[in-house]
Amino acid sequence: MIRLLFTIIAGVLLGGVVHLVSVLALPRIASQDAYSRLTPTTKLNAVTQLPLADPANSPMPFMDPAFAMAICRYDLSGGPIKLTVPVSQAYTSVSFYTRNEVAYYAINDRSAGRKVIELDLMTEAQHNELPEDEEVTAADRLIIDSPTSTGLILLKALAPEPGLMPQAQASLAASSCAVQSEPTPPPKQPEPAPAPPAPAPRGKR
Amino acid sequence: MRLVFITLLALILATVVGLGSTYMTATRGTDLGTLTIGAWTARPKSGTADVDPYSRASIARSGELPIGTGDGIAFSATTDDKKKPLDGRCDVVVSGVTPAARFWTLTLFDRKGHLVGNALQRYGFTSQEIVRGSDGAFEIRVAARSRAGNWLPTGGIERYALMLRLYDTPVGVATRTQRDAPMPSISTVGCP
Repeated sequence: MIRLLFTIIAGVLLGGVVHLVSVLALPRIASQDAYSRLTPTTKLNAVTQLPLADPANSPMPFMDPAFAMAICRYDLSGGPIKLTVPVSQAYTSVSFYTRNEVAYYAINDRSAGRKVIELDLMTEAQHNELPEDEEVTAADRLIIDSPTSTGLILLKALAPEPGLMPQAQASLAASSCAVQSEPTPPPKQPEPAPAPPAPAPRGKR
Repeated sequence: MRLVFITLLALILATVVGLGSTYMTATRGTDLGTLTIGAWTARPKSGTADVDPYSRASIARSGELPIGTGDGIAFSATTDDKKKPLDGRCDVVVSGVTPAARFWTLTLFDRKGHLVGNALQRYGFTSQEIVRGSDGAFEIRVAARSRAGNWLPTGGIERYALMLRLYDTPVGVATRTQRDAPMPSISTVGCP
């Protein structure tokens, strides 16, 4: 009898461990999370407009139907991303999520304070590699550090009335999200590299 | 032989208890870090980088993208002020004022987060399109059949959830009480 009791206690204690491990593991093993749902329908490092939320099919649960939305699914391994979103009439916001849907940064049109929200997204390593002497660029550009090299950027524009939805969608359609084609620090060797241009110019140092 | 049996029993018990409790917390959610005002509940931390593991698990499971703190905050309600579950066959009145925010939207979802279809294609209201009284207060009637004023159709489904999202708002991680964030009341006024 004692032994059975001991077994049950051991089982429950072990169950607690299983619980903690599985809760921590769930975001990594989930197959129906937002990133996995959006992967087949969105382009990498480009803006994809999401269909309007409607009862029959919406890409994600609990989407706000008053908003036009677009997704930029990013991968920073090819270099930093430059994001440009023109502000719509009512309200525009940009939210950044890691691969596992942690909302690490969000900004709206008012806190951006301009007609166009312009951001540079990069990993911390890429940020550290930036030349620090260019004060102009530092003051001019808003730089966001992404904790992971992949993730999602959600662009939203509010249509305060249903009739204003086309305008909201149009402002998102004019937004862009692309790997920066910034001339990386002057090429070390002037010899014309015979290698094909496909491999990304990184990891030189 | 007996040792094998006992070990097996302990392991099975551990699996059931562990995964069962994970399923429960990921589906129903926990009270960890929630902000409750009347019938409304929000998780301000879900929109930040220091989101708790339970919220992360339930977000991953449902497949939603939580609203970021720099964007706004989402309050949801599944019961009225008297803890009665929201029933789509009843008349429910959402009335009063909302916390300071540049915009807000009120949306009706089924319990899985889908919109509920209706002929009007009305799934919610925004703060701009709502009809208000002279004092700025509003009243939304959530009902299956059409009602005068701000009518939000339920499609007659049995259980639904209301979501009030505030955009560009001071309400957030630091908010504690009704005084900081006066939320509208929800009351069931009649059931057929």
